[in-house]
Amino acid sequence: MHPAPSVIIFTTLSGLGFGLMMFLGLGFLDVSGWVAFVFVAIAYALAGGGLLSSLFHLGHPERFMKALRQWRSSWLSREGVLSFLTMGLFGIYALLWIFMDTRVAWLGYLAAASAVATVFATSMIYAQMKSVPRWHSFLTPVMFLMYALAGGALLSTQTYIAGLLFLLLVPVQAMIWVVGDRAFGASGSTMGTATGLGKLGKLRLLEKPHSGNNYLLQEMVYKIGRKHATKLRLFALAFGSLLPAALLVVFPASHVMMLLVILIHLTGLFAQRWLFFAEAEHVVGLYYGQR
Amino acid sequence: MTTLPQSTDKKLGLVIDLDTCVGCHACEISCKEWNTSNYGAPLSDVDAYGANPVGTFLNRVHSFEVKQENKPAQVTHFPKSCLHCEDAPCVTVCPTGASYKRTEDGIVLVNESDCIGCGLCAWSCPYGAREMDALAGVMKKCTLCVDRIYNENIPERDRVPSCVRTCPAGARHFGDLGDPDSDVSRLVAERGGMELMPEQGTKPVNRYLPPRPKADVEEIDVLAPFLQRQDEEAGGFLGWLDRTLEKL
Repeated sequence: MHPAPSVIIFTTLSGLGFGLMMFLGLGFLDVSGWVAFVFVAIAYALAGGGLLSSLFHLGHPERFMKALRQWRSSWLSREGVLSFLTMGLFGIYALLWIFMDTRVAWLGYLAAASAVATVFATSMIYAQMKSVPRWHSFLTPVMFLMYALAGGALLSTQTYIAGLLFLLLVPVQAMIWVVGDRAFGASGSTMGTATGLGKLGKLRLLEKPHSGNNYLLQEMVYKIGRKHATKLRLFALAFGSLLPAALLVVFPASHVMMLLVILIHLTGLFAQRWLFFAEAEHVVGLYYGQR
Repeated sequence: MTTLPQSTDKKLGLVIDLDTCVGCHACEISCKEWNTSNYGAPLSDVDAYGANPVGTFLNRVHSFEVKQENKPAQVTHFPKSCLHCEDAPCVTVCPTGASYKRTEDGIVLVNESDCIGCGLCAWSCPYGAREMDALAGVMKKCTLCVDRIYNENIPERDRVPSCVRTCPAGARHFGDLGDPDSDVSRLVAERGGMELMPEQGTKPVNRYLPPRPKADVEEIDVLAPFLQRQDEEAGGFLGWLDRTLEKL
């Protein structure tokens, strides 16, 4: 799948933003007034910025409100509704926190639960795709939620929880890649089933339908950079979780330290999300002799 | 509504005969012609006369080669368009309700004024039947020529999808696959019509008729006798010369 920058930025930043909302909603971070305002602003900038970025992926961004209508059947629609709900609930919670200096626990929990549901809905947009075997797994929501939680813990300066989650992410991420590498083969879709000609003998594509490119190939048969996948995986693992975990455990927390860990994690996260798209193979590639 | 109908009154669809298709791409071109000038946004081309032309098509013809051991290779042309699935994933993923399946005839359509161009339906389709139009920013797909098949302003024989009307080989058939007595259903039963990627669980309506088995003949190379090497020994003086030089 084509790793569009708008979608990578959307899933990473909004994941972090909603992760932060979750921790703040649960009552973590014992601050008030201006400091509270700064953290709330960061959460909104990340979640809102991510959502704004996702609009650039649309052919008709001006019609985005229509996407809230089909929450009964569509995960994308549910994600839209839930993100608005989360931002609304958390907004009331944050206003009371900043200006009245009261943290309404039940409202915070509600906002936190809604934030988790939002990230889950985002992940289900990908996990529901049977046509992309690597994504079509319960591990996709696990991955999205774990990164959001770890990032949220980090941003809300919960060094202990963040370090623990990052440590946990290392084997989980590695397992997701190992399982994902086998997913296409296990899906049972081959050029033979795609054309129904598999029973007749050894099958190969003789001619593409056209000499040039097309939307399907650009969007769903993206292959550039896959040869660097192993290096990028190691980079994503090191920067996304291993290094942040090590730094959080070894060094005492300070503003500079936290900023450094956040930047390191963000770089690793971008690499991880780029791989999530670039490595995902769509079964339509079978019609083009490519996976 | 982007929930799928429980059942549809008819299951209109195509039956494509892979035994008959000659791979001329006429269906593809007639499809583009009809659908660029009728229902919905035109099917745009980008850089049409340049080095990297890219365009929107609703039907594309692939060509595959099947080879059995010790047998000649067999070429099969493979036209591919929307299969109007009963369990169409492209309909349920749509966040706006622009993508829908009609209850009356089962045709899967896009209401372009509601489409936000998110591309999720194209992702969800295992067959690559949907293409986003680069200029219009909305999703395009086969409409089964919904603006032809019910159109009383055109002669009755033209009230079939453009690709079916055009096919010079008669490899494309249109009808109600929900009715077991229809011509297309009988054709499917007779010839063992296939579903594409049944493992994806989409329950496609369109069917493909497999190529008929070729008669089992030895591979006959009509030119072989003429191409055999003529290694007979030369006679006379040249033969003597040849033998003498060989001995040296």
